Amino acid sequence: MPTTPSSQNRSEPGNGPEHTDTPENTDARDGHAPLLGRRAARIDRLAELMGRQEESDHGAGVWRTAFARMRRSPMAISGAVIVVVFLVVALFAPLIAPYSPTSQAWGAEVFPNRNVFVGPRAENWLGLDNLGRDQFSRMVIGARQTLLVGVVATLVGFGVGALLGGAAGAASVLGGRWGRQVDNLVMRVIDMMLALPTLLLAVTIAALVGSSLTTVMIAVGVAQVPIFARLLRGAMLSQGSRDYVLAARALGVRKHRIALTHILPNSLGPVIVQSTLTLATAIIDAAALSYLGLGNPDPSFPEWGTMLADAQRFLSSAPQLAVYPALAIIVTALGFTLLGEAMREALDPKLRK
Amino acid sequence: MFAKSSRKPLALLATAAALTLVATACAESTRDDGGTDESEPFVFASAGDIKTLDPFLTSDGETFRYSRQVFETLLEHESGGSEIVGGLAEEWEQSEDGTEWTFELREGVLFHDGDELDAEAVCANFERWYNLSGGYQSSNNSYYWQSIFGGFAENESEDIPEPRFVSCEAPEELTAVITIDEYSSVFPGGFSLAAFGIMSPSTLEAVADQEITGEEGNYTLPEYSQTAGTVAGTGPFTVEEWDHDQAEVTLKRFDDYWGDSAGFETMILRAIPDETARRQALEAGDIHGYDLVAPADVEPLTEADFQVPTRDVFNVLYMAYQQEADEALADLEVRQALAHAVDRQRIVDTILPEGGEVATQFHPDTLDGWSPDVQTYEYDPERAEEMLADAGQEDLTLEFCYPTDVTRPYMPAPRDIFDVIASDLEAVGVTVEPVTYEWTEYIPKTNSGECPLYLLGWTGDYNDAYNFIGTWFSGYNSEFGFRDEDLFAAMEEASSNPNDEERVAAYQDLNEQIMDILPGLPISSSPPSIAFAENVNPPNVSPLTQENFAEASWK
Amino acid sequence: MLRFIVRRLLQLIPTLGGLSILLFVWLQRLPGGPEYALLPDDATAEQRAALRRSLGLDEPITVQYLAFLRRIVQGDLGTSLGTGRPVTEEFFTRFPATFELGVTAMLIAVSVGVPLGYLAARRRGTVLDFAAVGGSLLGICTPVFFLAFILKVVFAERLGLFPSAFRLSPGMSRTDLTGFVVLDGLRTGEFDVVWDALLHLALPGLALASIPLAVIVRMTRASVLEVLGEDYVRTANAKGLHRNTVRTRHVMRNAMLPVVTAVGLLTGSLFAGAVLTESVFAFPGIGSFVYAATQGRDYPVLTGFILLIATMYVLINLLVDISYSLLDPRVRAQ
Repeated sequence: MPTTPSSQNRSEPGNGPEHTDTPENTDARDGHAPLLGRRAARIDRLAELMGRQEESDHGAGVWRTAFARMRRSPMAISGAVIVVVFLVVALFAPLIAPYSPTSQAWGAEVFPNRNVFVGPRAENWLGLDNLGRDQFSRMVIGARQTLLVGVVATLVGFGVGALLGGAAGAASVLGGRWGRQVDNLVMRVIDMMLALPTLLLAVTIAALVGSSLTTVMIAVGVAQVPIFARLLRGAMLSQGSRDYVLAARALGVRKHRIALTHILPNSLGPVIVQSTLTLATAIIDAAALSYLGLGNPDPSFPEWGTMLADAQRFLSSAPQLAVYPALAIIVTALGFTLLGEAMREALDPKLRK
Repeated sequence: MFAKSSRKPLALLATAAALTLVATACAESTRDDGGTDESEPFVFASAGDIKTLDPFLTSDGETFRYSRQVFETLLEHESGGSEIVGGLAEEWEQSEDGTEWTFELREGVLFHDGDELDAEAVCANFERWYNLSGGYQSSNNSYYWQSIFGGFAENESEDIPEPRFVSCEAPEELTAVITIDEYSSVFPGGFSLAAFGIMSPSTLEAVADQEITGEEGNYTLPEYSQTAGTVAGTGPFTVEEWDHDQAEVTLKRFDDYWGDSAGFETMILRAIPDETARRQALEAGDIHGYDLVAPADVEPLTEADFQVPTRDVFNVLYMAYQQEADEALADLEVRQALAHAVDRQRIVDTILPEGGEVATQFHPDTLDGWSPDVQTYEYDPERAEEMLADAGQEDLTLEFCYPTDVTRPYMPAPRDIFDVIASDLEAVGVTVEPVTYEWTEYIPKTNSGECPLYLLGWTGDYNDAYNFIGTWFSGYNSEFGFRDEDLFAAMEEASSNPNDEERVAAYQDLNEQIMDILPGLPISSSPPSIAFAENVNPPNVSPLTQENFAEASWK
Repeated sequence: MLRFIVRRLLQLIPTLGGLSILLFVWLQRLPGGPEYALLPDDATAEQRAALRRSLGLDEPITVQYLAFLRRIVQGDLGTSLGTGRPVTEEFFTRFPATFELGVTAMLIAVSVGVPLGYLAARRRGTVLDFAAVGGSLLGICTPVFFLAFILKVVFAERLGLFPSAFRLSPGMSRTDLTGFVVLDGLRTGEFDVVWDALLHLALPGLALASIPLAVIVRMTRASVLEVLGEDYVRTANAKGLHRNTVRTRHVMRNAMLPVVTAVGLLTGSLFAGAVLTESVFAFPGIGSFVYAATQGRDYPVLTGFILLIATMYVLINLLVDISYSLLDPRVRAQ
C-alpha cells in the first residue's frame, strides 16, 4: 500500500514511462522532465499543492494565506479587476446594452460597399457595425456569449475530466493492485491526448461535427479534458494518503463514499485555479474556431470571436470593428490568465521566492 | 491605427524594423524594375484553383477562365461585349428549320502540338463527347453538354436527357456541319461555351482510353485532365504546368497562334480564396490582377492608381423558395409575403457595387425578353405581416442557407446579404434558422433541394434570355421543387421558336408568368469589377466575365 | 547510452499504439459513420451498404482495427476527399513549406526569447522584467490569426515591405531538389530564390513565433531565476570566478536545459498555429491544406494530420530526451 503518490513510484522503479512524469521526479527541476513531461508536471505540481499544504496550514487556512498573499500582488489585483468587470458586464448584459444587438435599426446609414461607416456618437457609443447595428450593445451581449462559451467549455472539460481522472485516482488509491492497473491504462490515454495541442483537437472535433455554438463549446471543452483528468487524479492521489482518509477507511466507510465525500471536495482547490486558466484558453480557442468558420453560423448573434473573424475584411476601412472585439478577447483572456497564475503562485511556495 | 489618415504609429513601427527595411528596399526595387520587361510573368489571382485541364468536364468558372486562353470554340463573343462572333469558324449559318449548322472554319489554324485545324478535327471532338460513357455521363462531369446537346449516343441512366445532337460531318476540309434534332434558342450561343473548346486530334487519340473512375460524388478525373502535357488547343496560350500544391497554372505564349499573339510571354493563374488576401496581394505587388473585387475595395484601389474596370451588368442574384423542402413555401401567399418583407433596395444601396439595381425578374434588363410589366413586390413589412397572418403562418420557421467561404460576381458578401434578409424576415415574425455550407458543398445541397430558402445567382453564358430562365424553369427542377406543366411547356415552345421577334415576345410573357408564380425572389443585378496593376494594359472586360487575356500586355 | 535509447524507443510503442486506438475509435464515432461522410446525403441504403462492405465496416471490430493499423504502418492515411489524392502524398509535398516556416518561427522565438528571458531574470523586478513577463502573457492571450492579420496589413499592405502571400514570388524559377526552397537555393547558388523565400517567410514566421516566444521568455526567466539561487552558483561566485565564466559555465548551461525541452514540446502548438497563419498568408504548406480540410470536413486529412503531429511530437521528444541524456548524465541513470 503506497503511502504517498511519489513513493509509489519510487518503490517500483522502471515502471515504464510512468516514472518519468510523476511529481517527485519533476518538481525539483520540472523543466527536465523528459517525454510528455513538462505540461504534465505542471499539472501534477498544482494537484499536489493542496495535499502538501494542508498538513502545515490546516484545511481552509491555505486559502486564507493564499488570499492574503494575492491581495499584495499587482498581478492578482489587475487580473481580478478585469475578471470582475467582465463578469458584471456579462451577467447584466441585457440591462447594460442600450439596444437590441441584432436590430439593424441604422442599416440605412452604413454603406460597407462605399466604405462609409459610422463611428462613435452620442446614441451609439462605439458606433455602428457594418450592417447598422449598435456596436456597443453587440460587445456587451457578446461578453455574455463569450462567458457562456468559456464556462460551458470549462464545465465540459471539468466534468468529463473529473470522471476520468477521478475514477483513475480513486481506483489507484482505493482499488489495490487492480485499481492501479486501471489507473495506469487511463492515464496512458490521457497523456497521449495531452500531447496534442488543444486548439487542434477542438478544430478537428468541430470540423467533423459541423459548425454551431454548441459544437464550439463541446470542442473546446473536450480539448480540456486531459488537463482536468490529470489534475483530478493527481489531487486524488495526494489526498488519498491523508490521515483522514486512512481514518475513514479504518472506520469502515465505504470506498466510493470516501472518494465522493472526503477526497473530491478537498481536491477542488487546484481545480479552481485550473478552471480560471482554462477559461482564458477557451475564449482564445473559441475565437480561433470562429475564424476557421467553425463557429456559430448565425452571424446576427454577437460573439466576440465571430465578430472579430467577420470584421477582418474591414480592417483597412473600419479597423475599429475588428479592434473592439480583439481587445475585448485579449484583455479578458489576460485577466483570467493573470488571476489564475497569481492563484497558482499564491498556492505554491516554491514559485514564491 | 490602421486608418489611412494616421500614419504616425506606422512610421514608428517602420523605424523599429529599420534593418529589414533597408534590406527589403533592394528586393523591392528589383521587383519593380522587372515590371515593364516583356518576359516578366503576368500573375492573376482567381478565387479558386482550376478543377481540370479539360473544360468539358466541368461547369466551374475558374476553370473556364484558364481554358478560354488555351482552347477556342467555334463561335465566340465580341471582345468586351455579348454579341456572338466567329471563333474558329469564320462564318456560320443555320438551315431554315434551325437544325443544321454549317461552320466555315478559319484557314491555317494550328494546334499547340502542331496538328492543323480542319473539319475532321472539329467533328472528332463532337463525336468524342457524344460517345462518352461511364463516369463521363454523370451530370457533374458533362454539365454543359447535357444542358446544350442533351444526352449521349448510349445513355447509361434514365436521368440523362435524350440527345439533341445528331451528327457532325465534314463535307469539305474546312466545312463542318453539325445537325441537331430540333431548333433551340440555346444555339448558336451553345457553340460559344468554353466547355466545348476544340482539342487537337492527337490529344483526342491520347485520351481515348482514359476513364473517370470512382462513384457519384467522389470521382477521380482522368490523368490527362490533371497533368499538363497531353491537352493541346488552338488558343493564344499553351498550358505549361499545373502545380496542384501551389494552386497555380502556368501558361506560355503560343507563337504560332493564328491571330494577334498574346501580350504576355508567361501568364500565371494563382488561386487566393480570400478576397481581402487578393487585394492585399495586389497592393503588395505580389500579383498583377485579380477578379471578384469587393465593392468596398473599388474606390481605395482606384485612388491608389490601380485600374479597376467594371463589367456591364449581366447577372442576377435571387433567393430561391424550395417548395418541397418546406411546405409553407408551396403557398403563393407566403412566397409573396416574404417578397414584400425583404428590403432589397437596402441590399443594393449598402452591399452591392455601384451600378447595381433591384431585380424585378430573373434576368437583367440588358437582355431581350425583359418585361416592364411583371408583377413587382415592393418593400412593405406591414403588408407582409398581414399576408402571413392570412395564410395562417404567423409563427413560420424557415431554414435559410448561405455559403460561407465565397463571393460571387453577382453576390459580394453572402453573409451580409443573408443577415439583412434574415433580419427583415424576423421583423415580420418569421423565425430564420441559418444553415451554412462551404461552397463546394453548398451547390449540391441547394441543387438537390435541401434548402427551403437559399441565396444563389447566375452570370449569363451567352446573350439569350433562355440561358437564364430556361436554366431554372424549363422543367421540374429540384432547385425550386415545383411542377407547373403550363409554364414548362410554354418555355419549351418559346425556346424552339426560330422566329426572333416571336420568341422575344414569348420570353416577355414567360417573365410575367414567372413573377406571378414567384418561384423565388430576384434580388439584384450588379456589375462585378476586376482589378489590375498600374503597369498593365488590361484586356477588354466582358459582361460575361469571359476576358481574353491575350489582349493584355505590359505598359 | 544505447540501452537508454532502446528503452525510450520501446516506450514509444504503447504510446503510439494507444494513439492509434484513439484515432480508430474516433473514426468509428463519426456522426452516422464514415460512409455518411463519403457519400452524398441522398445516397440509397444499398449504396451505403455497398460502401460499408468495401470499407470493411461489416467485419468484426478487431479485424477492422488491425486493417486500420496495417494501413497506417504502411503510410496509407486514405485519400483526401477534397483533392482526390492520397493524404500521405499531400502531406509529403507540403511538408517542406511548413517545416521551413516552423524552423523560422522557432529561430525567431529562441533568438529573441532566450536573451530576453535571461535579461528579465537578471534584472528581476525592473521595468524590463515587467515588460518581458507582461509581453509574454499578452502574446499568449492574443489570437494568432489576429496578430497575423495585423502584421499583414501593416507590413505588407501599408508599408509594402514584405510580400503578403505565398512562399515564393510567382514566376520565380528555381531548381527543385528537395522541396526545401531555402536549402535548395543555398545548394544551387540561386541566392535570389533564397532571399525571396526568406522575405516570404518573415511575416508568417513572426506571427507563428508569437506563442513559442512567449513561452520561451517565461521559461528562460523562471529557469535562470532558479539556477541563480542554486548553491553551486553561489559557490562559484563566492570563489571569485569571473562573472562571465559563472554566467556561461554555470548559469546559462544549466538554465538552458528546460528551454531545450520546451522547444520540443512546442512543436504541436506550432502546427496548430500553422493552420491559422498559413491560411492568413496563403502559404502553401500543410497548415493551409488542413484549413481547407476543416472547411470541407475532409476527415481523412484531419485524422491524418493528428497522427502526423502526434508522431512528430513523440519523435522530437525522443530527440530531446537523447540530447538531454548527453548533456545531463543523471537523466540516463533514472
